[in-house]
Amino acid sequence: MLSIKNLHAEVDGKPILRGINLDIPAGEIHAIMGPNGSGKSTLASVLAGREEYEVTQGSVTYKNHKLLELDPNERACEGVFLGFQYPVEIPGVSNLYLLRAAINARRKYHGEPEIAAIDFMKLVQEKIDYVGMSMDMVKRGVNEDFSGGEKKRNEIFQMLMLEPTLALLDETDSGLDIDALKVVADGINRLRSPERSTVLVTHYKRLLEYVVPDRVHVLYKGQIVRSGGPELADTLEAEGYANLETDETAATS
Amino acid sequence: MAAHQEDVEALVAEREYEAGFVTDLESDTIAPGLNEDVIRFISGKKDEPEWMLEWRLEAYRQWKQMKSPKWPHLHYAPIDYQKISYFSAPKSSAGKPKSLDEVDPKLLETYAKLGIPLHEQEMLAGVEGASYPRSNNVAVDAVFDSVSVATTFKGKLKDAGVIFCSISEAIQEHPELVKKYLGSVVPRGDNFFAGLNAAVFTDGSFVYIPKGVRCPMELSTYFRINAENTGQFERTLIIAEAGSHVSYLEGCTAPQRDENQLHAAVVELVAEDDAEIKYSTVQNWYPGDENGKGGIFNFVTKRGDCRGARSKISWTQVETGSAITWKYPSCILTGDDSVGEFYSVAVTRGMQQADTGTKMIHIGRNSKSTIIAKGISAARGEQAYRGLVKILPSAANARNFTQCDSLLIGDKCGAHTFPYVESRNSTAKLEHEATTSKIGEDQMFYCLQRGLTEEDAVSLIVNGFCKDVFKELPMEFAVEAQKLLDVTLENAVG
Ligand SMILES: Nc1ncnc2c1ncn2[C@@H]1O[C@H](COP(=O)(O)OP(=O)(O)OP(=O)(O)O)[C@@H](O)[C@H]1O
Ligand SMILES: [Mg+2]
Repeated sequence: MLSIKNLHAEVDGKPILRGINLDIPAGEIHAIMGPNGSGKSTLASVLAGREEYEVTQGSVTYKNHKLLELDPNERACEGVFLGFQYPVEIPGVSNLYLLRAAINARRKYHGEPEIAAIDFMKLVQEKIDYVGMSMDMVKRGVNEDFSGGEKKRNEIFQMLMLEPTLALLDETDSGLDIDALKVVADGINRLRSPERSTVLVTHYKRLLEYVVPDRVHVLYKGQIVRSGGPELADTLEAEGYANLETDETAATS
Repeated sequence: MAAHQEDVEALVAEREYEAGFVTDLESDTIAPGLNEDVIRFISGKKDEPEWMLEWRLEAYRQWKQMKSPKWPHLHYAPIDYQKISYFSAPKSSAGKPKSLDEVDPKLLETYAKLGIPLHEQEMLAGVEGASYPRSNNVAVDAVFDSVSVATTFKGKLKDAGVIFCSISEAIQEHPELVKKYLGSVVPRGDNFFAGLNAAVFTDGSFVYIPKGVRCPMELSTYFRINAENTGQFERTLIIAEAGSHVSYLEGCTAPQRDENQLHAAVVELVAEDDAEIKYSTVQNWYPGDENGKGGIFNFVTKRGDCRGARSKISWTQVETGSAITWKYPSCILTGDDSVGEFYSVAVTRGMQQADTGTKMIHIGRNSKSTIIAKGISAARGEQAYRGLVKILPSAANARNFTQCDSLLIGDKCGAHTFPYVESRNSTAKLEHEATTSKIGEDQMFYCLQRGLTEEDAVSLIVNGFCKDVFKELPMEFAVEAQKLLDVTLENAVG
């Protein structure tokens, strides 16, 4: 599904990703953990095509595409979804309006006709029930005056609506109460299937108890310094990131 | 970061001005220059009664003593008023056509091309391929350069007691109404451009809604400047008697030309007790090219008088065109419990400049006003919002709410806000909110990540920004405004 080879990226001349290697087979869920500022969001942004990050080396293959050569909206239409760590507000544009535009953009990209209003509304009704949002809420402006937790719920709602093949969820579990956390976990599990993959960026083991990942990776100073099974999350929770310096030297040597 | 911002700028850097074509027809145009003889000529062309000519000449004498205002946040070379021609009419319109069958087909074609069908039959059928489809429930007065060439649905309106005709016709047919109201809201000596207009105004629309009548359809005037080196000086007068209601829209376009052309209009509205006037404008005059060459100079005085108790006047404007816009649609809230509203979206791009806003003058008790102004600047566009809220001692419990928001696209454009408040009654309540934001890169990326193209993303964000104003427009005009905005901000990417 996704294969990242020796990926280097910088912003304003400052290197942030320093040689990432990562393979995510179809059907798998991988968690990425690591201290603040290690480059997790940067990695997700680079994969989604944010232009402020300059890729200086390396390659990324997604399905049969050279991912880095696609425009951000083409990546989206090819099934890449980024759940933002800090979802933005777009005043005056309703969530539904944006979603419909998003669905139709995909359809247009694949040469399909626009979605009929009635089918769209059926889909909305079904998915808001999963995430416990109200129709009033999704009719409001995109994330306009949503609480932190509501914004994250909304990211999951959008993900369910768009059914991506590769979901990159950047701390979608941060700042959630226990019910919301279950909603998010449930949303991710719902999409779990042999032809989809998910990358979970998280700081907490908590989410991983509801969504059991196939692999856990530790990102440190722009490199993956350790990988393991779900048990790695337990180790990290117990020990913190104190022992990573040695791993880093191991990874670069 | 920089790279992306440039993309957004490039998106809006160019645009096609769809209405920029010229209609090739013979016209009657007087030589450039302004003096009393020119005014006599205009008045004579229109067969005006003596009182009208005298009114114009007096305006001209006053205007000669006046100076053009220096305070706007605008930059342009001084206008030479002797180089402008003050009258131009298609030859075919001499002896105004009695019915549409007599209207020059080239004129009909021009309006059809602009999406303004003048055949009532066609309107009922809906015209295919019109770029801005309008609902069939709209009567149109079409003003071409200095004359009104056609007014539709006059019969149907007459049955309801509504008078909708060109101002020239009203001067002939309803002199008592014109005499009573002309200049009663915007006096001849009000300001430089209003004075000029009073002297040389050529055509425009006249609307009279009798007591208690709800106008059965939307009324609209479509202004088209075609001739070269000609100014357009239209004058519109709308009178809503007690308990009546009318919704009126004006649209404007002009050919793409390298010279600047002057448009100095005056609009006067009068609302008696419980009457309501909703006045909407979609202004799309030719804005000039990206280097600031050509384009319309739009100096307009629009004012409404809420004379009656509980009367209401709303101005809604979407201003996307013109090289220069100088315009402050205002309300004089004379009546107790009267209501004034101003909703505005102004877009400046290329080298466009706009100094626009409103004045709300509170005189009556419990008078209320709302101002929502949205400014969008892109490329090197410059924009100023200038608003005056004035509460006179008589206006106990007056209220005003003002909100002005600016959206900047790129960093070479500018937005300035000049709110003036004068309150002379301590029971008045005034609220003011202002924001300036840049079209967020985060917002753009969010939309792109959801699959939208850059064009669709800009359009979506801008439309969201303008929503509070668009929702005030009559339905079909809201669609038109939205499309216009899309065209305005659209450009092939890359
Ligand atoms: N646009 C930017 N301009 C300058 N520096 C940036 C930019 N984006 C990220 N950085 C820097 O890159 C580093 C990695 O940031 P990133 O957001 O990827 O970290 P993270 O691992 O997601 O951290 P957190 O756990 O706090 O979310 C940080 O030092 C950050 O300051
Ligand atoms: Mg982060």
